Amino acid sequence: MAYALQQLINGLTLGMIYGLIAVGYTMVYGIIGMINFAHGDIFMVGAFLSLISLTVLSGLGITSVPLALALTLVFAAGIAGLYGWTVERVAYRPLRGSFRLAPLISAIGMSIVLQNFVQVSQGARVKPMPEMLPGGIKLLTEDNFAVQLSWMQIAITIVTLLLLVAFTYLVTRTPLGRAMRACEQDQKMAGLLGIDTDRTISITFVIGAALAAVAGLMFLLYYGVIDFYIGFIAGVKAFTAAVLGGIGSLPGAVLGGLAIGLIETFWSAYFSVQYKDVAAFSILVLVLIFMPTGLLGRADVEKV
Amino acid sequence: MLRDAAVSAVIAFGLFGAMIGLKTEVGVQTIELTPRPYLVLAAVVLVFFGRLALLAWKKSRPAGTPKRGRITAVANKAGRYLTPVVLVLTITLPFYAERYYVDLGVLVLTYVMLGWGLNIVVGLAGLLDLGYVAFYAVGAYSYALIAQNFGLGFWTCLPLAGILAAFWGVLLGFPVLRLRGDYLAIVTLAFGEIIRVVILNWTSLTGGPNGLSGIPRPTLFGLVFNSSGGEGSFAEFFGIEPNISQRGIFLFYVILGLALLTNWVSLRLRRLPLGRAWEALREDEIACRALGIDVTVTKLTAFAMGACFAGFAGAFFATRQAFISPESFTFIESAIVLAIVVLGGLGSQIGVALAAVVMIGGGELFRDFQEYRMLIFGGALVIMMVVRPRGLVSGRTPSVSLGDKRHISADMMTEGHG
Repeated sequence: MAYALQQLINGLTLGMIYGLIAVGYTMVYGIIGMINFAHGDIFMVGAFLSLISLTVLSGLGITSVPLALALTLVFAAGIAGLYGWTVERVAYRPLRGSFRLAPLISAIGMSIVLQNFVQVSQGARVKPMPEMLPGGIKLLTEDNFAVQLSWMQIAITIVTLLLLVAFTYLVTRTPLGRAMRACEQDQKMAGLLGIDTDRTISITFVIGAALAAVAGLMFLLYYGVIDFYIGFIAGVKAFTAAVLGGIGSLPGAVLGGLAIGLIETFWSAYFSVQYKDVAAFSILVLVLIFMPTGLLGRADVEKV
Repeated sequence: MLRDAAVSAVIAFGLFGAMIGLKTEVGVQTIELTPRPYLVLAAVVLVFFGRLALLAWKKSRPAGTPKRGRITAVANKAGRYLTPVVLVLTITLPFYAERYYVDLGVLVLTYVMLGWGLNIVVGLAGLLDLGYVAFYAVGAYSYALIAQNFGLGFWTCLPLAGILAAFWGVLLGFPVLRLRGDYLAIVTLAFGEIIRVVILNWTSLTGGPNGLSGIPRPTLFGLVFNSSGGEGSFAEFFGIEPNISQRGIFLFYVILGLALLTNWVSLRLRRLPLGRAWEALREDEIACRALGIDVTVTKLTAFAMGACFAGFAGAFFATRQAFISPESFTFIESAIVLAIVVLGGLGSQIGVALAAVVMIGGGELFRDFQEYRMLIFGGALVIMMVVRPRGLVSGRTPSVSLGDKRHISADMMTEGHG
């Protein structure tokens, strides 16, 4: 029981990270209908930026952990947002209106570029990171097994929830959010009604990348190791989360993320750690086959 | 113009400042940083002048729509005369080239074959398959396992490997082929990864990360190729000096034969109702349905055919290397083959062959910059999509027509939902 509870806590934390990445996928898919294959790699870049920033800050003698984390969050999200903007500008915008497969292939190229750029500039070795927020709350002890809710997990949960609240507010209550929703419904019409669609799409990429970078920071803090390859697997899993939740739906992305996090954690805990990626991929396949609209998605009506 | 370039430079500084400027090194206990300011400066300056040059080039180009389809027309015209010449040059390659080039030729031809195989799936049927390498892996492992466990030779196992790969193609394809374009792409990617992870972890069967070694070499009607000669060897039978390069030359002809077989089969299939259904499916799936084409079966056959050729190529790969491990079957491999097909112009046979020579041969040029090879590859993929999304040979000639075959240029084509 205690073991299961611990897995539940771990799974939810992991799910928060996946959910944050999934939001970026789902937003981009909602607006321009393409799978931003490079999104997982933006997440990875965000993790590296966080590592660099934390190291610089500790070098500068900033010992206050909350301050360092807050600065890193802002820095990583900002620069990753710039990455998101650049990727869209360079690889996707020229292809708008091109044939169907072009943006996807370009996105694969961009993903390879980002991965290898980080590999070349930061080295291929796995980067460890000392724990920043050790300790936690012992919830209960049963048969010598202590269920622990670490400070890190609490921090991840709080930050994710805050970001999601802010983000929901942005999408539902602000002019920018209205423009984004308008572009999602009908890009051409939105353009005719005076919305700068290019700008709106760019901002969508920036926001998605910033959220992914926050997820990267959390991943770094939670696992303590990163390398240039984490983006690929995490990206596919977050995409699975987005599809599971219903692609295009923001609450769905978070819900899907939590579900994937839980499934993966329980699978590793009770079946096999080696095959945990297989679990996530199989869910993707099953969901797409049996429930292509996902949990909260709308049915896709194809017009001829 | 200057302002634009300056803005680009500022953005480049934002992008590269931390990532290039501060390299993280793993220290004893902590992470250490190595500052590299000059590298950042170089990158920023490069972006500044690159942007400037790009803008200047754009400005100097006359307005109006650029002429498309020129390369295509030339390639099509030249294709008639060029193809036999290239073929003859390829067949005679071992007679005039050094051993290194023969080995390179084997590599290029493997990719030509994979490209032609994937071309059936992506180019003809319009199904984006990002997990093509899975079937390559199935072929390679089938051959290795059958040969090692049952003692069968290469030529017996080759069809078996193809059939097994096709079987997997059907098995994996059946549930997912209802999906639309990019969903299909992601699912095939997931399948590719699943197969790789299973191979990696099923240690008792596949050897896990250590792979399988000692895979038997192919024979020519029972004659073996080795450097020592001896009873039953090729050299002894023909009474010539045993030489290790004989095996290389033999492998070259094997893969050339296999690649030409792939080409021949797909050219033939294009004329059959099945092949025409594939092409129709690529152009417009809904119209196909309305005309009574069984979409699932048509897609499935394309998937199975593509998988089958990947299986052949996989078996060949295993016998050439005599060693296989999951590392050879990563997603990157799928991406390379896909890039070859796309660069070649979806559906064009000669284009795919050209693209394989450019990509693999070109990649060989960058051998000294091993680190940067994939970086350049990814960048090339993006640039290619932006500049020539339709590939080298971008137009299409109908496979079957009444009267004159009229060429259809790229801007006349719209892709349906496949």
